[in-house]
Amino acid sequence: MTSHPNNPSNEPLLPILDQPSSRRTALKAAGAALGLAAFGKAVSPLMVIPENVSVDEFLQQHYKELTDDDKAKVFARLEAETKEDYGADVTISDPEAIPGVKFGYAINLSKCNGNGACMEACNKENNHHRGVDQSYIRVLEMSKGSMDMEQGSTTYDHTVPQDDKFYMPVQCQQCDNPPCVTVCPVEATWKEDDGIVVVDYNWCIGCRYCEAACPYHARRFNWEQPEIPAEEVNPDQGYLSNRVRPQGTMEKCHYCLHRTREGRAPACLEACPTGARVFGDMNDPDSDINYVLKNKRVFVLKEELGTQPSFFYFFD
Amino acid sequence: MSTTTPDAIASDAPEDLVRSYPRFIWWGLGEATNGGVGFYLWMFVLTAIALVGANAWAVQVADGMIVTNMTDHVSWGLYIANFTFFVGLAAGGVMMVIPAYLYDDEEMHKVVIFGEIVAIAAIIMCTLSVLVDLGRPDRFWHLLPYIGRVNFPVSMLTWDVLVLNGYLLINLHIVGYLLYMQFLGRRPNPKWYVPFVFLSIAWAISIHTVTAFLYCGLGGRPFWNTALLAPRFLASAFVSGPAFIILVMRILRVTTGYTAPVSAANTLIQIIRVSMTINLVMLASEIFTMFYTGGAHGASAHYLFFGLHGHHGLVPWMWTAIICNLIGTVFFFLPAALERGSIRIAACVLCIVGIWIEKGMGLIVPGFIPSTLHEIVEYTPSLTEWKVSAGIWAFGFMVLTVLLKMATAVFHSSGESAKPTA
Repeated sequence: MTSHPNNPSNEPLLPILDQPSSRRTALKAAGAALGLAAFGKAVSPLMVIPENVSVDEFLQQHYKELTDDDKAKVFARLEAETKEDYGADVTISDPEAIPGVKFGYAINLSKCNGNGACMEACNKENNHHRGVDQSYIRVLEMSKGSMDMEQGSTTYDHTVPQDDKFYMPVQCQQCDNPPCVTVCPVEATWKEDDGIVVVDYNWCIGCRYCEAACPYHARRFNWEQPEIPAEEVNPDQGYLSNRVRPQGTMEKCHYCLHRTREGRAPACLEACPTGARVFGDMNDPDSDINYVLKNKRVFVLKEELGTQPSFFYFFD
Repeated sequence: MSTTTPDAIASDAPEDLVRSYPRFIWWGLGEATNGGVGFYLWMFVLTAIALVGANAWAVQVADGMIVTNMTDHVSWGLYIANFTFFVGLAAGGVMMVIPAYLYDDEEMHKVVIFGEIVAIAAIIMCTLSVLVDLGRPDRFWHLLPYIGRVNFPVSMLTWDVLVLNGYLLINLHIVGYLLYMQFLGRRPNPKWYVPFVFLSIAWAISIHTVTAFLYCGLGGRPFWNTALLAPRFLASAFVSGPAFIILVMRILRVTTGYTAPVSAANTLIQIIRVSMTINLVMLASEIFTMFYTGGAHGASAHYLFFGLHGHHGLVPWMWTAIICNLIGTVFFFLPAALERGSIRIAACVLCIVGIWIEKGMGLIVPGFIPSTLHEIVEYTPSLTEWKVSAGIWAFGFMVLTVLLKMATAVFHSSGESAKPTA
C-alpha cells in the first residue's frame, strides 16, 4: 500500500481548510459556528467570574507562600472588597500562634442546658450567612442514660432544659490526627502549632472531601455568598478565622483564633450563661483547662477513630 | 450509514501529507463528522442536551452550589455518584485487553480498540463530573502538580487526579498509535504499544481501587469504611464495562455494518457472568455484616434498604438496583444471551442500570445518611444537578461517537483485507 486509498478527489483530505468548498464542508462550517455560538450563549452566566474574581485573587498563592508584603496587599484587597460588597469597614489581621501554647476546650455536660447562646454568638462573631442561622456549633439534645447520638436531636424547639435530657454541644474537635487535613487534595487546610485546624479560604477549591471525612460534622460549606447586614458585620477579622468567606469554599470553627491568640476567650465561651465552657492553654499548669483535665473524668467523642481531639467533655 | 464514499479510490496526495499525525487526526475528525441524517440528528440531540447541561453548570457557578440539593449533611450527590460509575466504566473498558493480551485471544484483538475508546470517553466524563462538583472551578489550577500545591501522597483525591489523567494519556496513546498505523497501512511495532497495553491493565485496576479508597479510607463514614469496597468496585466495573462494550458493538453493527467476531462477545459475556456473580456474593456478605451486627454500620444500610425513622428516600432506588442486577445476571446465564438476541441487550441494559444505581445513589448518598452526628437529612438531586449530569452524559456520548467514527473510518479506509488488528 503505497498511497492511501481514502482520498477520493471529490472528498477533501483536509475538510474546510484550503479546499474548494463543497456543500458538505459549508454545512459543517456553519454547524460548527452555530454550535460554538450556542455554547458561548449557554455558558454566558460564567461572565460573572471576571467581575467577582479579580486577577490578583485568581493568581493568589497559598497562605504559606505569601510574604509579609503579599499579605499586606491581600488583606488590603479583602478589606476593600468587604467594603464594596457589604458596606462595612473591617480590619483583617493575622495573629500568629503563640509559641508553646496548645489550646484545649472542655464542656461541662452537667451545666450545659441547651439554651443555644453559644450558637448565636458564633453566628455573629464569625460573620456567618444570616439566612440559615449558620453556626460552627450544634447542640445535641440527648436522652439521659445514653450516649447514643442516634437518639439525639439538634432540631428541638421546646423550652430547655427538659428533665429527662442532657445537652451536648459539638463543634470542631481540633484533632491531633485530623482526617479533614489528611484528605484535602490541595493543602488548603492544616493544623497550626497551637492545635487549631485552619482553612485558607482563598486556596480551597470546594471539593468538600474534608466535610465527608470529618466524623464530627464540624465543617460548613458556603453554598452561596453569605448575606450579612452592614451594621452586623464584625469588623474585627482574621485572615484564617472569621473574615467573610467566599462562596464555594469550606469553613470551620477556629477557636476564635483572632481573639484567643490575643488572650481573649472564644465568643461561644463568653456567651455561655451557665459556665459550662472551659478554654485555655493545655501547656499552662495553672490554666482552667488543665485543672479540668487533671481533676475531672473527661472523655472525647468517637475515641475509637483515633482522631485525638483537643475538645473534651465531662460531667461534674 | 457508511462513513466513507463508496467510490473511494487511491489518492494521489503526497505521502508526507498523509503521514503527519496531526493531519491524520484532522482527517479523522473530518470523517467523523460525515454521516447520514440519522447521524446528524443524533449529534444534534446530544449537542442540545450538552448545551442545556453547560448552561445549568454556568448558572450553578454564578449562583453558587445552593442551586444543587446538596447540604452540609449530604455534601456529595449525583455528580460524585456519576463519577464513581464512570470510573468503573473506564476501568471495565479495558477488560477486553486482558483476554486479548494476557490469554492471547486473537479474536479479542479486533475489538480491544473499542474498549479503549469507551475508556477514553468515560475518563472525560469522570473529569467533567469532578469539575462540576467543585465549589470553585476557577481554582482548579491549585490541583496541578508544580503549579498548584498538591497534597501528595497523602490525599486519595490527589492520587485519583493523577491516575485518571495518566489512564487517559495511556489510552489516547494506544488508540492513537494503533489507528495511525492502521491508517498508514503499516504493522504496528509492538515496542510502541504492548508495554502500554500491559500498563493500562494495571492502571485500570488502580483507577477503580484508588476511587474506592477515596471512600473506604474515611473512618467517620462506617457505611463506606469496609475493605470490601475496592474489590466490589472492580467486580461491578468488570460487569458495566463489558456490558457497555457489547451494546456499543451492537450499535456499530447496525449503523456502520462493522461486525465484531462472535467469540469476542462471548468472551465478554463469560467475564460478565463471573464478575457479576462475585459482585453479588460480595454484596450479600456486606449485607450480612451490616444487618446481623447492627449498630452504626447498620444504620445507613437500614436507611438504604428499608428506610430509617420514617425516611425512605433511597429505598425505591436500591430495590430497583437489586432487581435489575438479579434479573440481568439471570439473563446473562441464559443460553439465549449468547445468541445475538434481545435478551442480551436487555441483560446489558439491566446490569448497567443496576450498577449505576448501586455505585451511585446506592453508595455515595447513604454514606452521608445518617450524618456523622446521626441526623437524618435526605437528598434528592435538583433539576440543575440532573441537567448538568445529562449534559455530561451527552458530551461523553458525543466524544464516544466521534472516536468510534474515526476508528471505523480508519478500518474502512484500510480496506476489508486489513481488518482491525489492534
